[in-house]
Amino acid sequence: MRPSKPGALLVIVPAYNEEGAIAEVVISVRTHVPGAPVLVIDDCSLDSTLDVARRAGAETLALPHHLGLGGCVQAGYKLAYELGFDYVIRVDGDGQHDARDIPRILDRLKTSGCEMVIGSRFAGENQSRTGAVRSLGIRFFRMVLRPILGQPVHDPTSGFVGVNRRALDLFSRSFPLEYPEIEALVVLQRKRFRFEEVPCRMRPRLAGRSSITAARSLYYIVHVLLGVFVNVLRFEGRRRQQPAPKEE
Amino acid sequence: MDHLLNVTTGLSVLLLAIVLVSVRRAHIRPEYSVTWLIAAAAMLVLSRNRPLLDLLRRLSGLPDTPLTLFLMGAGVFLIMVFRLSVILSHLRDDNIALAQRVAILEYYVRSQREP
Repeated sequence: MRPSKPGALLVIVPAYNEEGAIAEVVISVRTHVPGAPVLVIDDCSLDSTLDVARRAGAETLALPHHLGLGGCVQAGYKLAYELGFDYVIRVDGDGQHDARDIPRILDRLKTSGCEMVIGSRFAGENQSRTGAVRSLGIRFFRMVLRPILGQPVHDPTSGFVGVNRRALDLFSRSFPLEYPEIEALVVLQRKRFRFEEVPCRMRPRLAGRSSITAARSLYYIVHVLLGVFVNVLRFEGRRRQQPAPKEE
Repeated sequence: MDHLLNVTTGLSVLLLAIVLVSVRRAHIRPEYSVTWLIAAAAMLVLSRNRPLLDLLRRLSGLPDTPLTLFLMGAGVFLIMVFRLSVILSHLRDDNIALAQRVAILEYYVRSQREP
């Protein structure tokens, strides 16, 4: 798996105990984004996720022990960066993300020059339905992030995310390890990198359950708030005055 | 008060003995045992040196000596626990980086083997 041409895309799929959904995710990505390799990063699943992903035609990166979502995604970013890919799009292994939206995210990454593009359930006319607790959490974090990021973000918890090589370089070195989506935005902002959102479809997960249960929601909120706060403390004032680097 | 000081002395000696035995059996690495030994020695000195304890009580403005001894002990062990949290955090970061590197190297090895 090497980038075949400049501007090559790698699709990464972090997965933990997703044997029920991973084959369909891989096949769907290969169908709608022909030519782009699919890398499933198995976070030491207890089921046969790894074998199912390989049989479905994915490249696999098998972590030796469970690292959690952030560590899992970062491993994929590190490998993609080392192999020389210019764009990486992350798709969740539970089948919630529609692979038909990948070309739109890639196109926005290439044309806008921004470092990250988020596939959003709520951007534009797109208003997907989500659970009451999650919806409340998303509204809360929108409010918290607005002044920090200097622009609104409609879907800060979306894991359907594309990055270019500059963000890949940054995330290879510094990436939040648990619940990374929201903190990653603040890490980007620290470097004055930009992000945009594109409307995307979200489906119910094909199998398995979310790791963020109602009981863990409070822990999630406190953890992410702390992470955001720590990253704000790391802001470098002098850097913020400089313009963002141009696309190579 | 004397009974409390004797109990503290006994506990300090017990902690010293446990740490030394653990180091000897390689259950704890020497670099991590040093702070435990210092903490145990500090509690031992405080419990056997009444004038020093009284001086600390006056300096801290606390109403009585047992409370001073308790707060000193709690403070020492809070610092110890915080230090261990710092060490754990470093170890976790190292561990994650190593696990990612192992996975990436295994990927390269498998790529070489497979056509």
